[in-house]
Amino acid sequence: MNKVIAKEQLAEEVYRMRVHAPLIAEERRPGQFVIVQQDTDYGERIPLTIADADTDEGSITLIFQSVGKSTHKLAELEPGDAINNVVGPLGKPTHIENFGTAVCVGGGIGAAPLYPIAQALKEAGNHLTVIIGARNAELMILEDEMRAIADELIVCTDDGSHGRKALVTEPLKEVCERDPRPDLAVAIGPPVMMKFCAGTTRPYEVPTVVSLNTIMIDGTGMCGGCRVTVGGETRFVCVDGPEFDGHQVDFDNMIQRLGTYKPLEDDEHEQCHLEMAARDKEQSRNESS
Amino acid sequence: MSYQPPEKLQQEAERLLKEVNPRASELKPKERMAIPPQTIPEQDPAVRRHNMNEVALGYTEEQARLEAMRCLKCKNAPCIEGCPVRIDIPGFVSAIAEGDDDRAAQILKRNSLLPAVCGRVCPQETQCQEHCTVGKALKDRDQAVAIGKLERFAADREREHNGGAIPGIQPDTGKKVAIIGTGPASITVAADVRREGHAVTMLEAFHKPGGVMIYGIPEFRLPNDIVEAEIEGLRRMGVEIKTNFVVGRTRKLKDLIEKDGYDAVFVGTGAGLPRFMNIEGENLVGVYSANEYLTRSNLMRAYERDRADTPILESKQVAVLGGGNVAMDAARSAFRLGAEEVHLIYRRTEKEMPARVEEVAHAKEEGVEFHVLQNAKRILGDEHGRVKAIECLRYELGEPDDSGRRRPVAIEGSEFTIDVDTVVVAIGNSSNPLISQTTPELKVNRWGNIEVDEDNRSSMDRVYAGGDIVLGAATVILAMGEGRRAAEAINAQLRDEG
Ligand SMILES: Cc1cc2nc3c(=O)[nH]c(=O)nc-3n(C[C@H](O)[C@H](O)[C@H](O)COP(=O)(O)OP(=O)(O)OC[C@H]3O[C@@H](n4cnc5c(N)ncnc54)[C@H](O)[C@@H]3O)c2cc1C
Ligand SMILES: Cc1cc2nc3c(=O)[nH]c(=O)nc-3n(C[C@H](O)[C@H](O)[C@H](O)COP(=O)(O)OP(=O)(O)OC[C@H]3O[C@@H](n4cnc5c(N)ncnc54)[C@H](O)[C@@H]3O)c2cc1C
Ligand code: SF4
Ligand code: FES
Repeated sequence: MNKVIAKEQLAEEVYRMRVHAPLIAEERRPGQFVIVQQDTDYGERIPLTIADADTDEGSITLIFQSVGKSTHKLAELEPGDAINNVVGPLGKPTHIENFGTAVCVGGGIGAAPLYPIAQALKEAGNHLTVIIGARNAELMILEDEMRAIADELIVCTDDGSHGRKALVTEPLKEVCERDPRPDLAVAIGPPVMMKFCAGTTRPYEVPTVVSLNTIMIDGTGMCGGCRVTVGGETRFVCVDGPEFDGHQVDFDNMIQRLGTYKPLEDDEHEQCHLEMAARDKEQSRNESS
Repeated sequence: MSYQPPEKLQQEAERLLKEVNPRASELKPKERMAIPPQTIPEQDPAVRRHNMNEVALGYTEEQARLEAMRCLKCKNAPCIEGCPVRIDIPGFVSAIAEGDDDRAAQILKRNSLLPAVCGRVCPQETQCQEHCTVGKALKDRDQAVAIGKLERFAADREREHNGGAIPGIQPDTGKKVAIIGTGPASITVAADVRREGHAVTMLEAFHKPGGVMIYGIPEFRLPNDIVEAEIEGLRRMGVEIKTNFVVGRTRKLKDLIEKDGYDAVFVGTGAGLPRFMNIEGENLVGVYSANEYLTRSNLMRAYERDRADTPILESKQVAVLGGGNVAMDAARSAFRLGAEEVHLIYRRTEKEMPARVEEVAHAKEEGVEFHVLQNAKRILGDEHGRVKAIECLRYELGEPDDSGRRRPVAIEGSEFTIDVDTVVVAIGNSSNPLISQTTPELKVNRWGNIEVDEDNRSSMDRVYAGGDIVLGAATVILAMGEGRRAAEAINAQLRDEG
């Protein structure tokens, strides 16, 4: 049982939660994740990056987007409630060193897993450029946090409602063209975005790390469900990753595999929204009566 | 043998028992051998392939008595030789024949901690029953005394009658032992070490304890309730169980000793790393490892589609690759998850199949189509990257290989395809490398199995290991045997240290 200590909404359907997990807080390194499950009998096990940790308080911070049934249920928890199962830290920590100049690109919710990595790269002495993008201003997260650690921050939105009107690949290309060009790029976000970021840096031969969010169950290398093709070989994201050389990843296959349960999930997500709406209605009726 | 309804079996048994009972104590060997072997009542195959309930219903009292009376109580008891943990087989069997089920259970528990599990999943026909005199005399292994089914009977009886009894525990010694994993090897160590009065903590990566017995072996073969009852017994003995704890990640193995002060550690982490075929199309949508397929279904309860949050594909035509227990479990689960056709593809013949004979028979009864001497060459996908067919090659058997089995050789140009929407790869598991990767001091062999001495001591001081992580994918009973040896060594170490 892991108590929720604090919860806040960062953007539409994006939440930040501090969760009591002292052992995980002590061991975790940037790049690692946990698997959370609420209902021990029927709940789904979902992986979430450890966005931050506080060893004094014995807590970890999770930032997640409510995209489906399980993240929806998680979003409904309030401080004082408990998450039944939290396991971690899982995955290999990010390889951090002073590469020289690093550019970190975060798309949407990807800014969350990117943040601890960016922070560590900065601490290791890298000159740090951060690019964050979202569909619109409402969906932008962690802008202030990133500004506080980056030497340079570029913000863009698809619709131009905040910062530059551009996809993140546009400023990324410009950064790659600079002299000296970056020694490292890290791109985390939706799979398509990572695919195009890797495509952007490839001609400039900028080593590019991506963090893959495949479907997982155990997170310990047991089920093989998280597998991806990297450089023609099968790798397990939970134990060999989650970070890989973006130039080697078969993103098309990964995207297809992520869609495995799409039809089933869409139904459920819709159901969740309907249930939530019904409950809200009920509540307001109760309150007004 | 064709399917026989339970009522019929029971009527027959009642009739026979009336005949035999009056002279039960003075039966001659010939008369004992004349008692027909009792068929275990089962769910009708046509019905059970659509439900997760246990297939075998277990002997009725009358059947159990009759079956037990078939035992000749051989002086040399060859059956005991065949049992990895050397259960006093004639002892417990004659207790059943005499109607003393509690004594039968006690005799069983002297050597095996999990008789209800072993009675269900041990490969009896290649262990105790293979050596049984009755089977030999009748020139048919399948007519041996049904030792396993009697074991299950006695264990179930005891659980139902007085499931509450827990073994006596020595006074607190102040020593503590950590046990990693909660499969049969670990359960055995936990019980044996706790009995000596040491504090025991079990650490389990998953959110539920029980190991493969919970997440792998399906409900229709080994109900979770039975495993949970055993785990509950450990809790009542005062064993602490911490789930969601991955040793190697949540805490390093070394830290358990150095920081947390455990006096000894047992590693029972099993063989949980799925092997793949490395063929084209293996990462298409709809290709599962058996581990993933079974975990989704069993641990995550995906078969209760309207309650479980974890999805599983609604497959219609499934191909399962492999011929072991895992493959049978996957194939039979597929029907229960709604498949209409299930193809089991194995590259040798049925004779070489490592699966238990009983489970092969069950799979066939339920309608699994067996393709022997065939193997997958590649998996074909549609334009969305989803499985649509599997291309196979035919094989023939050549010279024996290292394993002593005849080597399957592909017949060139024999390709053919089967239309399927799902493929489950069940060709075996290797040891999970999580602990060895983060513990360089721990010596492993080239397959990643932890190396131990004859007392199951590893190369690291105070660290013991056993079960599949040592043996490679093996069996429940062998894992328990290893656990027993390790526990003895741990208890001896702690006693010596005073
Ligand atoms: C290593 C890793 C780190 C992650 N970190 C974060 C994070 O910090 N914040 C965040 O918001 N999300 C993160 N994710 C993604 C997150 O796990 C999924 O959004 C979540 O599992 C969706 O569950 P759901 O039931 O709410 O949605 P569903 O309706 O089940 O699915 C919505 C979509 O999420 C993906 N998904 C479904 N099940 C899983 C699963 N078991 N594992 C992974 N993806 C799945 C699929 O693409 C699916 O189409 C991470 C994923 C991985 C693998
Ligand atoms: C589908 C299937 C069917 C089978 N059928 C039969 C059968 O009919 N008869 C038979 O005799 N045998 C059968 N077996 C084999 C049998 O189940 C195993 O041999 C036996 O369970 C091994 O026991 P174990 O104690 O070594 O480990 P396991 O039962 O594998 O348990 C290991 C436990 O350790 C946990 N773990 C792993 N790594 C860590 C870590 N780093 N930290 C914490 N915990 C960890 C795992 O989550 C797991 O719970 C079958 C196996 C499978 C998969
Ligand atoms: S070998 Fe068979 S008949 Fe002889 S004691 Fe064992 S079970 Fe009984
Ligand atoms: S999540 Fe199961 S192997 Fe990676």
